[in-house]
Amino acid sequence: MRMRPRILALHGGLLALLLAGHFLLPVYHHGNMARIMVLASYAIGYNIVFGYTGLLSLGHALFFAAGMYGMGLSVQHLGTGPGTGLLIGVVAGAAISTAVGLLALRTTGVAFMIVTLMFAQAGYLSVLYFGEWTRGDEGFIIARASRVLWGIDLADAGNRYLAALVLFSAALLGSLWLVRAPFGRSLIAIRENEARTMMLGYDTFRLKLAALTISGTISGTAGAAYALLFGYAGASFATVEYSILPLLWVLLGGAGTVLGPFIGTLFMFYLIDLSSGVTTAYMLIAGVTLVLLTLFAPQGLMGEIRRRFWSWLP
Amino acid sequence: MELGPYLLLATLEGAVMASVLALTAVGLSLVFGVMRVVNIAHGEFFMLGAVLAWYVTQMVGGPPAIGFAVGLVMAPLIVGAIAVAADMTILKRLDYDPERTIVATIGLLYIIQQLTLMGYGPDARPVEPPFNTRLALPWFEVKDGALALYWPWGLSTTSYKLAVIGAGVVVLLGVWAMMARTRIGLVMRAVQADRDMALAFGIPVERVYAMVFGIGAALAALAAVLIVPISQAHYLMGADPLLLAFTVVIIGGLGSLPGTVVAAILIGLSDGIISVFFSPTLAKILATLLVALVLVFRPQGLFGTRSA
Repeated sequence: MRMRPRILALHGGLLALLLAGHFLLPVYHHGNMARIMVLASYAIGYNIVFGYTGLLSLGHALFFAAGMYGMGLSVQHLGTGPGTGLLIGVVAGAAISTAVGLLALRTTGVAFMIVTLMFAQAGYLSVLYFGEWTRGDEGFIIARASRVLWGIDLADAGNRYLAALVLFSAALLGSLWLVRAPFGRSLIAIRENEARTMMLGYDTFRLKLAALTISGTISGTAGAAYALLFGYAGASFATVEYSILPLLWVLLGGAGTVLGPFIGTLFMFYLIDLSSGVTTAYMLIAGVTLVLLTLFAPQGLMGEIRRRFWSWLP
Repeated sequence: MELGPYLLLATLEGAVMASVLALTAVGLSLVFGVMRVVNIAHGEFFMLGAVLAWYVTQMVGGPPAIGFAVGLVMAPLIVGAIAVAADMTILKRLDYDPERTIVATIGLLYIIQQLTLMGYGPDARPVEPPFNTRLALPWFEVKDGALALYWPWGLSTTSYKLAVIGAGVVVLLGVWAMMARTRIGLVMRAVQADRDMALAFGIPVERVYAMVFGIGAALAALAAVLIVPISQAHYLMGADPLLLAFTVVIIGGLGSLPGTVVAAILIGLSDGIISVFFSPTLAKILATLLVALVLVFRPQGLFGTRSA
C-alpha cells in the first residue's frame, strides 16, 4: 500500500475543499452544490455496479425512488419520524435491489439491461398507479416539521449543505475502501473476465448480487436523503431519465474511478444549468454528451487522467 | 352496450394497434436480428415519422388524400436516410459493440426528441385522414329462436381504421417477400447467420448494416404515418411504441420475424381487450413485468428458438 498517502490526500483534499465551500460559496452555488453532493452519492452507488463490476443497469431509478418513497411515504402517511423514515428508505433500497438482483442477474449483457429497464418501468408505473398515496407526477411536499432530524432543521440551507457533505463523504470514503478491499478486487476481476474469475473459484453470482445490493442501498440512501433534504418526492425521479442520468454522470466522470461520479455529476449539472438559460430542450446536451463520450472518450474525464498522468488513481 | 358488441369493438381497435405495432416491432427486430444492436432510439424514429407526416401534409396542401399519400412515401424515406446517416457516423465507429451502441442510441434518443421539441414545439397536432367514412357494424341477437341482425348504438368503425389494418398486412407481406425472395434479403440473412463468413464471401457487411438500420427506422416511421390520423403527432409520442415494440420483440423471440408478428397480434389484441376490463396503467405494469420475467426465465422468447 505504498500509494496510500497521495490517494488519501487527493480524496481528503476534495472533501476539505467542499467543506471550505460551505463558508465561501455564493448562495446560489451553495444550494447547487448540496444537490450535486446528494446526486453524486447516487452516482457513486451506480458506479459500483457499472464501473467496477461491469454490469450496465438501466434501472437504478427504481432504487433511488425506493429510498425516496420509502422515506417520503412513511413520514407522510405512517407518521414516523425522519430518522425512522430515512432508515425505511435505506432498507427499501436494499430490499428491492436484492430482489431485482436475484432475478436480473440470471441474465447477462443486453438482456440484463432490458430486464433492469423493465423492472424500473414497472416501478415507475406503480408509483403512478398508487397515485392516491404518491400523488403521481405531481408529487408531494414533505412538511418542514418532519425534516428535523435529531434537533437539526434540515430545511435550513447551511444544515442541508453539511448533511449532504456527510452523506457524500460516507459514500466516497466507503467506495474508496470498498474497491481497494479484496471484495472490490474480485468485482474488478468479474468486470475484466467473468469466466476466468469463476474458474478461480469465486462464486460470481453471489459477488454480483452483493455488488448490486450495495449499489442499490447507496442509491436508496441517496434517494431518501434527497427527500429529507429537499422535502419533495415525485414520480419524475422514478422515470427512465433518472436511470440514464447516473450512467451519464459516471461515463462522463470516468467509470471505475472513485472520483469520477462526483466530477461527472458536477460537470453535467452545470452544463445543463447553463444551457437551460438558453433553451428548454436541455436534455439535448445530455444526448450529445452521451454520443460524444461513447465515440471519443469511453474512459471519461478521470479515466483519461488515469491513463495519461496518474496511473495510481483508484 | 352488451358485452359481445363491446368485445368486437375492442378487437377492432386492438387489430389497428396490432397492425401498427407489428410494423414498429418488425423494424426493431430486423435491426436486432441482423446487427445485434438494441436500438433505444427506435421510438424516436416512430415519432419523427409522425411529425414529418404533419409537415408534409401542411406543405403539400390540397385535399387531405394527396398530402397523406405524399407523407406516406416521404416520411419513411427521410427517416430512413437519417437512420443511415446515424449508422454511418456513430454506430459504425463503435464497431457495433452491443453495450456501447445502447448508450449511443440513448444519446440519439435525446438528440432527436429535443431537436423536435425545438423545431416542432410541444403541441400535439392532428393529420387529417385521407378518407374517413363511418361504418356502422351489425351485431346479432336471438329473437324468437332465430338469429336477427341489428345495429347497436356506438358499434362502429371507420374506413380508415380498416385501411390501416390492411396496409399493415400488405407491408408485412412485403417485408417477408424481401427477406425470403430477393437477393437483398438473402444477403441480410447471410450477415445475420455469420457476419465474418459473409465478409469473407465479399458481402459489404457495413453497407448491409446501414441499409438494415435505415429499413428498420423507415418501418417505424411508416407505422407512425399510418397511426397519426387516429392519434396525433407529438414530440414525446415515441416512448410508448418503444416499450411495446420491445415487449413484442422479446415475447416473440429476439430477432425472429414470424415470432415478432405473432406476438404483435397477441399483444395488440389483448391490450385492446384487457384495457376494457383493467386500468391501462395496471395493464402496462403487468406487461412490463411479464417481459422482464420472460427474459429471465425464457430468454429465447415464447416462440423463438434462439437465445438473446
